[in-house]
Amino acid sequence: MRQGRIKTIHQWLQEGKLSCEELTEAFLRRMEQQKQLNAYITQTGELALSQARAVDGKRKEKRPLGLLEGVPMTLKDNISTRGVRTTCASKMLENYIPIYDAAVWERLQKEQAVLLGKSNLDEFAMGSSGETSYYGATRNPVRLSCVPGGSSSGTAAAVAANLAVYGLGSDTGGSIRQPASFCGIIGVKPTYGAVSRRGLIAHASGLDQIGPICATVEDAAIVLDAISFCDPQDSTSVQAVREPCVERLGKEISGLRFGVVQEYGRGTIPEVDQAMEEGAKILESLGAQRITIKIPALQCALPVYYILSCAQAASNLGRYDGVRFGHRASHYDSIPDLIGKSRGEGFGKEVKHRILLGTYVLSQEYYDAYYRKAQQLQKEIQKSFAQAFVQCDFLLSPTTSGTAYGIGEKEKCVDHYQTDICTVPANLAGLPAVSIPCGRDHTGLPIGMQLTGPKFSEPMLLQAAYCFEQYTDACYQTGKDWKESLWNMNL
Amino acid sequence: MEYELVMGLETHVELNTQTKIFCRCPVRFGQPPNTDCCPVCIGMPGTLPVLNREAVHFAALAGLALHCEVHLKSQMSRKHYFYPDLAKAYQITQQQVPICGPGWLELSNGKVIRIQRIHMEEDAGKLIHNGSDVLVDYNRAGVPLIEIVTHPDFRSAREAADYLEQLQGIMRYLGISDGKMQEGSLRCDVNISVRPKGQRTLGERTEIKNMNSLSYLVKAVEYEFRRQVELLERGEEVCRETRRYDQKTGTTQLMRKKEAETDYLYFEEPDIPPVALSPQELEAWNRELPELPMQKRKRYQQEGLSPQEASSLIKYPKVADYFEEACRWVQKPSLAAKWMLTHLFAAFQNEEEKESGAFPLSPRQFGEFLQGIEAGSIRRNYAKEVLAHLIATGDPLEQSLAKIQKEDMGEKELETLCQTCLQLYPEAAADYLRGKKQAIKALLGAAMKRSKGRANPQQAQQMLEKLIHQKEKA
Repeated sequence: MRQGRIKTIHQWLQEGKLSCEELTEAFLRRMEQQKQLNAYITQTGELALSQARAVDGKRKEKRPLGLLEGVPMTLKDNISTRGVRTTCASKMLENYIPIYDAAVWERLQKEQAVLLGKSNLDEFAMGSSGETSYYGATRNPVRLSCVPGGSSSGTAAAVAANLAVYGLGSDTGGSIRQPASFCGIIGVKPTYGAVSRRGLIAHASGLDQIGPICATVEDAAIVLDAISFCDPQDSTSVQAVREPCVERLGKEISGLRFGVVQEYGRGTIPEVDQAMEEGAKILESLGAQRITIKIPALQCALPVYYILSCAQAASNLGRYDGVRFGHRASHYDSIPDLIGKSRGEGFGKEVKHRILLGTYVLSQEYYDAYYRKAQQLQKEIQKSFAQAFVQCDFLLSPTTSGTAYGIGEKEKCVDHYQTDICTVPANLAGLPAVSIPCGRDHTGLPIGMQLTGPKFSEPMLLQAAYCFEQYTDACYQTGKDWKESLWNMNL
Repeated sequence: MEYELVMGLETHVELNTQTKIFCRCPVRFGQPPNTDCCPVCIGMPGTLPVLNREAVHFAALAGLALHCEVHLKSQMSRKHYFYPDLAKAYQITQQQVPICGPGWLELSNGKVIRIQRIHMEEDAGKLIHNGSDVLVDYNRAGVPLIEIVTHPDFRSAREAADYLEQLQGIMRYLGISDGKMQEGSLRCDVNISVRPKGQRTLGERTEIKNMNSLSYLVKAVEYEFRRQVELLERGEEVCRETRRYDQKTGTTQLMRKKEAETDYLYFEEPDIPPVALSPQELEAWNRELPELPMQKRKRYQQEGLSPQEASSLIKYPKVADYFEEACRWVQKPSLAAKWMLTHLFAAFQNEEEKESGAFPLSPRQFGEFLQGIEAGSIRRNYAKEVLAHLIATGDPLEQSLAKIQKEDMGEKELETLCQTCLQLYPEAAADYLRGKKQAIKALLGAAMKRSKGRANPQQAQQMLEKLIHQKEKA
């Protein structure tokens, strides 16, 4: 059985094969060498080294280390870190230094994680390509001319290029799964309420979830177990009784039924459909049973998603008014002028676009026609999923209908929105979903397969993903020689 | 033509919960600016609200006291507008499903005012204008409020003032707010229109914002009534608009026209799940409702107090508590009421002292004093002095009586004293003989004063009358 990166590094540290400081330095060097990827907005080298030395102190005392202890990682730059600037890839928050830690970062600090830096994203997590960042687009490490996907663009690129062992992203409509798919790695969007959103700078509060972006399923299971908890300070957090994900890894999936849903649509390139068919066959060969399922409500998922997410985003972004924090216009002659100019200067085009859209659908005149209707349809989608999960245990679909495209290739925002068609349903229904590599297109770009399950079925989804991963080579294409590359190039 | 005033009130009440409605910052007044703040109430990115259950409890209590339907499920919403004192650029409030539905409140004259709804929301911060600078203080941001909305049932400013006084009392008795208008913990917006008497349809209304004193409210409403009537009489129309009362001129001024009113882009707050109450919880809260001021007033009057006495005693719960406690020692509550209102209240320097119930005697000491009067062990002519002594020294009653109450003057001594008085004021005696019976009071007063309280007033008066008549015969 193949071992994940976290356990490998854990062993190195535990056995004293190298110190945490050496390991961290190696990653920091790699980050310098790979600057062209633009995966990080802020590198936190000094912080990382001090965290690493603390771990080394503990190692010298021969105390046993936790699995995530001393393992270098990255946080998407919309996750608040006290004392470390958190920009949301926006000019608006260029100099914003949070005064409190996000709940997930509190958890990981308790685990003695080492933070290498804050990774790039689409501005305020609005985008599917990483191109809307004020700090420039991130490049796909698989092919530098391509986008890595988004909005967790930098996190996915960093993990894929081995500039971090793992990372945390956020997923509002596919922002973890889609870049994981484009970069050939694993992305997990947990059940809504499984991971605390406290400290995650909100995009669409009812849809946002933090989740792991990792190189292997085992890594994802370890990280997800570490960050899942019911947070009394997040009222949408849920007390779920579920077993740890890691305990299900390696168990067989024979007897599980997976549904193939027609409404997710066909791939925009034939390789996607082929890879999906092969993926389904592999699952069948592992003993799972294929069922064809219809969920007509999914046809309206995309407009419903954009109405709800833009409305909530418009609301959530109101606080950036130049009064308390963030960018403030240098010249203004009244309070409305101060607020208007600061927002006009601080936000990028895509963000403004969505604020306008969101404000429109919430206006008195159009609320019933758009926002209310979208909420009703969201409930329909939730019901349809519930019905589907009577017939099967999880759903199988592509993560995206195509593979990574060239930077600057898609100009119209609607073209970008289209790429979210397979990922938004899970957010609308609050369901967990995993993206796992399942093949390549004819040019060699990764294709991702998405497993969607009922609420709190993460252990089962990762169990299935793990079985699939053990069976195929697809996952290891990107980082096949990662151990050697780290070992030889840097140490 | 005769016109009728039609008015409805929207009253904001600040709840005196321990902490703010969505975070753990304390709720209190008078702190230095921006010291009772945290990332949540100043709207830092990524922060999430957690609804304070105490605020829900208090809002439900208000609903129960006002005979409202309390909803087992209600929903928080966001109301959007940009202003520096509103940290998130939206206020978390309740729109479609408030915590309390229809209810009512009875005015002192027996008229019933229908209540439409009560909803929970957060207060905003405050702007402070400092020369050309504008500063913001967020201490008040996130303080829990309830907004109580009535139907347009008021027909006079007096009714509105009475309603607010009742409401103040209820909030104080429930212990959910201090209801101080001058500190802004109770403030209201007035919706006001006029119509020809007898007309059923409502006229166009204006809204007067943020009234924070009863006397201003009465003045503002009276002014606005006249203004609207004059408009109609001139053949003009009342415009739907928001106005503000100007204390200096005693007039209402235009703030904004209806057309300029903002669209608040309401939608359900996604960060807070629906607010749920269990029927058991609600039942328990209903059981814990205290006797409310209106019920108390009625009971006091049944027990023989005058309406004025009852009103004075029910105004603050601590005063009523004191009164009821002291009454345990007496047969007639009215005796306790009279002594409290005329003598104990005199000890208070201001309204706050009265509200806090800082009486100079314990209810037991006061009760025993009253008991002494009823039993006759404290003689009328010494009672005031005894009370003063009790207050000043805190001595036990027995000891105080021994010190203060002297044996009444003997017959001989009293006669000598009265003789002296008659010599000092011969005119008074003459007046008395000429039929001006009141003149005896002056002589009695002089005698009492000279006796330093030792003379028994009845005996002294009899003695004076006897001596005058003797003199006349002589």
